[in-house]
Amino acid sequence: MRPVAHLNRRYYFSASHRLHVDALTPERNREVFGKCNNPFGHGHNYVAQVTFSGPVDAATGMVTNLADLDAFAQRELLDIFDHANLNTLECFRDVVPSTENLSLELWRIFEQYPHANLKRIRVEETGNNSFDYFGEGAPVKHEE
Amino acid sequence: MILLTRKADFSAAHFYWNDAWSEAENHRVFGKCANRQGHGHNYTLEVTVAGSIDPTSGFVVDLKQLKDILEREVISVYDHRHLNYEVPEFTTTIPTTENIAVAIWRRLDGKIPNAKLHRVRVYEMPNLFADYYGEQA
Repeated sequence: MRPVAHLNRRYYFSASHRLHVDALTPERNREVFGKCNNPFGHGHNYVAQVTFSGPVDAATGMVTNLADLDAFAQRELLDIFDHANLNTLECFRDVVPSTENLSLELWRIFEQYPHANLKRIRVEETGNNSFDYFGEGAPVKHEE
Repeated sequence: MILLTRKADFSAAHFYWNDAWSEAENHRVFGKCANRQGHGHNYTLEVTVAGSIDPTSGFVVDLKQLKDILEREVISVYDHRHLNYEVPEFTTTIPTTENIAVAIWRRLDGKIPNAKLHRVRVYEMPNLFADYYGEQA
């Protein structure tokens, strides 16, 4: 049996967002979201760290070819999210673009990558906060 | 049970090539990594071991001892070497980050007293790293 390894790759994008829920009053929005509710929005340099597992291919020595993964990330993530206003994206039309929700959306995107199994999405919003998502119903791992 | 992680660095050269394939196929699959003159990286190795805290010393493992084991089993073999030509396991496997993580696991497994190897993480670059948890994981 071939060994199973986990491959981790980090992608960087810059985007703006505003945390706001139409169903709440303006006062309640300010109360819940604080400065993140600023009507003009604000931005972050996000880091998306993706983890894929799979058997190490005997011929290539790889879990998946990085060129394939990078091309997929460019097309499905960076071309859409980089230098965008997250609130204007289709996926956030009815969902507040918190980093938690961004993590779920990135899971939905990278889950479609055909050549390896997605194990974790980590999104770093700033150097001080990051969010991990392991997929619906998956056990949470509290390690770095 | 507690996890303890020790880091170590090594710098090495490598290239990706599968002898069973044509030159064109190697270049198609491996791109610039197939340059047979080789290229290099500053690798960072993170070794995580799991064990119980010794009530006398307060240690899981003696860090100096762990450092010496990493030095003897891995760093002295890999550092400032050409992985394809000078490290035995890579005469038969391609020194990708994934295979390096597996190879380091095999070099360390069973050699660390009082602790169980939990994870080997190898950074080829800050934005690319591989994890290996052993055969069972």
